[in-house]
Amino acid sequence: MSVQSPISSVNDFVVRFANVNGSGSASANELFARSILRHGVPVSPRNIFPSNIQGLPTWYEVRVTEEGHLGARGGVDMMVAMNPQTWDKDVASIEAGGYLFYDSTKPMPTSKFRADINVIGVPLTAITNSTYTDPRQRQLFKNIIYLGAMCALLDMDPKIVEQLISEQYKGKEKLLSSNVHALHLGRDWALQNLKCPIGLQVKKADKVGDRIFMEGNSAAALGAVYGGATVCAWYPITPSSSVAEAFTSHCKKLRHDPETGKAKYAIVQGEDELASIGMVIGASWNGARAFTATSGPGVSLMTEFIGLSYFAEIPGVIMNIQRAGPSTGMPTRTQQCDIIACAYASHGDTKHILLFPEDPAEAFEFAAQSFDLAERLQTMIFLMLDLDIGMNHRLCRPLKWDDARQYDRGKVMTAEMLDEPGRDFGRYLDVDGDGIPYRTYPGTHPTKGSFFTRGTSRDRYARYSEEGAVYADNMQRLVRKFETAQDMVPRPLQANATKPTKYGVIYFGSTAPAMDEAIGLLEARGHQLDRMRIRAFPFHSSLASFIADHDFVYVVEQNRDAQLRQLIVNENDIDPVRLVPILHYDGTPITARFIASAIGDHQDHLKVTPLRKAVS
Amino acid sequence: MPGLVPGIHVFLFPGHDEPGAAGVVMTYIAKPKFHHPGLPKNDLGYTHRDYEGKISTLCAGCGHDSITASIIEACFELSIEPHRVAKISGIGCSSKTPDYFLGNSHGFNSVHGRMPSVLTGANLANRDLIYLGVSGDGDSASIGFGQFAHSIRRGVNMTYIVENNGVYGLTKGQFSATADRGSKSKKGVMNTDNAIDLVAIALQLGASFVARSFSGDKTQLVPLIAAAIRHKGASFIDVISPCIAFNNHAGSTKSFDYVREHNDAVNRLDVITSRDPITVDYAPGSVQVVEQHDGTRLALRKIDADYDANDRLAAMTFLQKHAAKGQVVTGLLYVDPDAEDMHTHLDTVETPLNTLEAKELCPGSSALDKINASLR
Repeated sequence: MSVQSPISSVNDFVVRFANVNGSGSASANELFARSILRHGVPVSPRNIFPSNIQGLPTWYEVRVTEEGHLGARGGVDMMVAMNPQTWDKDVASIEAGGYLFYDSTKPMPTSKFRADINVIGVPLTAITNSTYTDPRQRQLFKNIIYLGAMCALLDMDPKIVEQLISEQYKGKEKLLSSNVHALHLGRDWALQNLKCPIGLQVKKADKVGDRIFMEGNSAAALGAVYGGATVCAWYPITPSSSVAEAFTSHCKKLRHDPETGKAKYAIVQGEDELASIGMVIGASWNGARAFTATSGPGVSLMTEFIGLSYFAEIPGVIMNIQRAGPSTGMPTRTQQCDIIACAYASHGDTKHILLFPEDPAEAFEFAAQSFDLAERLQTMIFLMLDLDIGMNHRLCRPLKWDDARQYDRGKVMTAEMLDEPGRDFGRYLDVDGDGIPYRTYPGTHPTKGSFFTRGTSRDRYARYSEEGAVYADNMQRLVRKFETAQDMVPRPLQANATKPTKYGVIYFGSTAPAMDEAIGLLEARGHQLDRMRIRAFPFHSSLASFIADHDFVYVVEQNRDAQLRQLIVNENDIDPVRLVPILHYDGTPITARFIASAIGDHQDHLKVTPLRKAVS
Repeated sequence: MPGLVPGIHVFLFPGHDEPGAAGVVMTYIAKPKFHHPGLPKNDLGYTHRDYEGKISTLCAGCGHDSITASIIEACFELSIEPHRVAKISGIGCSSKTPDYFLGNSHGFNSVHGRMPSVLTGANLANRDLIYLGVSGDGDSASIGFGQFAHSIRRGVNMTYIVENNGVYGLTKGQFSATADRGSKSKKGVMNTDNAIDLVAIALQLGASFVARSFSGDKTQLVPLIAAAIRHKGASFIDVISPCIAFNNHAGSTKSFDYVREHNDAVNRLDVITSRDPITVDYAPGSVQVVEQHDGTRLALRKIDADYDANDRLAAMTFLQKHAAKGQVVTGLLYVDPDAEDMHTHLDTVETPLNTLEAKELCPGSSALDKINASLR
């Protein structure tokens, strides 16, 4: 029916499922993504969901990518349009030559279709209604039936899907067989009534390797388990709640005393974010490894305590799963918009340590490391994830742990140390010149090492003081401590272009997969870029060198105000003209297409031969 | 130097390489270490002096200093090792007091209204210490009302003392949320808002030990604090503590005179820590003995013959009735001998969480390999 030739692509396309929130589609859609993965073909799925429980539109997008491009691509090659509410917009978003899969039980007017796409109708409602009588079953199995039809259309191996279903319903035989039955119902109907396969096809490959498929929030929570966190205090907020929930389920499996069955952890759902961070600070002050997980609005509420953590030098870890702000913003959309808010959180002069993991594997590593950093540096550490990493399954390298690794509990004076002759304990005494003083845990010694922790100014021996010199001395030591941190936090990673270039690009966090892909697209357009992925604040000295080594550097980030760029300009005294902002902030994950187009256009303008050169 | 703001740094202390030393003692007045050799000692061999802190910087005659003295007395009598107490407070006059007792204990003067969460976290980390939360009426009934409520709800094992004077002292005399409706400020302004009765709220929220006392009545207060410390659960004591500077005038319902005149004590308490039989002769029917989890017995000498300190509902009714008459009900108002604390609810290990090491906390690489395998 179309003049446009149908898109033909093996293992490289985007399928988007348009569903209604609460219809049970999520598990069927995830099954689809996992099935492709089991074909040995990398996938990159994303949930696009509203701040709502039931009834509003929700989408699940699966990018099938044998090349392993894990960022969002943009565009849709096949739409599984299961939501009449969003039909028009969904149909409009399909690439020319793409495919529209829909429930053809009720005839649709031709005006509802497009001439340049391929329409595939399956009477899903009719099939389910003739098979099932229970309304809930009809709803749930309809999802599996369309999965079965997709299986036929994309030439997927049904055995792989069956295997996954059997793993999912292990021990629940009844559910297993009914799901497999529904799968074949859809598949058989498609094979008998449609031209299968279509232009989009999944072929077995060997491109997944030993990689794992995991959500960033779950990985960060597991990192907290491995990093020795024993106290988690939290308050529910999208998109961070699944961190605490994952920590709970990981702990239930991994952290109970085998003999007594008792918990080697404590998880408290606070009454708000203020209480959550207060508990973290109380627990850390008392020598436990403690963390909270939150998002932007929670960080705003926590800022007073964050200032206390900085000034009174109490460790703590905040996992900030960023979402689009300001205010309530777009609670279920992704952004990297809390960089400034976290780096300088609280009134007065403060600076905080930020870690920027790129994917679940790094979220795991950095989460574990953040507790060492917090205790070594006696300050708050922010693990900066975002919704894109946190709430989507991401293919990443397997998690690793070195069993020889010990926790770095930092400078803690024990009773034995306090009793050493000539030992001087001053809570805020910089004995080693690195700005980091010793602390003692409450209850350490009957007569030595106690001190009064306070948010007010005090001298090196923790005695209250409003003397200007004493205050300034302490503030300078805190600057020294922050400089010490520079060499402890994860360093930036640099990769040079295939040919020498005058231009560089800086990026961080969830932008990484899109950036990696964009580099290839830009090279194809003739643009070479050296790149540096920032992994922490304070910035390592190599960042300043990287900027100095290039005529100018693009800074790619997912916020409106170029927050990382601002931080770099501010902290490294860089001429802002040298840093060109590339900003994506509509709440969708940044794409390689966007980056390549924005940087490519900017580069094209540079290629106009300057007048001076042309004349000379 | 990325850590430093580029530019010129003016250092304000040339020659002051050691600001902690002489010259800055202005705000720190050392207490003389000398004491009488014949001072009585407790079971651990400590004297009162071992439970003292720095010299108070509060106004002379402040009710809070009497509470400080009562805390010292209670800890001395219980023979608590001073360093096994963690003193945690918020912000305000009352919150400054932990610096004035138990100088060998760690103290934490945290954030306004947030003592309960900091204390809860500290307790999660180490269940073995004694937690003393010191707060004021501004700290607990206004800015920290939520945290007060939730720490009580959770059954945090602590002694939560509110030094209640009905005003904001440090900011010079504004009404707090516990000021009674109709009471007058020092400037003559009438309070038109209803008062929050923290005792009534604590009872409603399930505190397992609830008492009210008066800073001017140490004989009542000391055993109440001692019993609260020995109680395993959320203990709450509201201590009316007149503000000598801003709330001790005629028309105030938190003045020394007013509280003395309207104090309606329901009982007097003896705390019996030994296992020995009770030898004191109580008149039959005049005493209610409550045994707590740790074996401590609380002998409540009844003043109001009908008052039952094990009956939460009756206590709430009693309080409401007497409050309506303008009376300040004091004494041990409620105690649950079968109280449970937060760690019981969370089913945490007996070992304090802050002493667990990597070998107990980290599942190791083989567990991780299994997790990896389950994610493919």
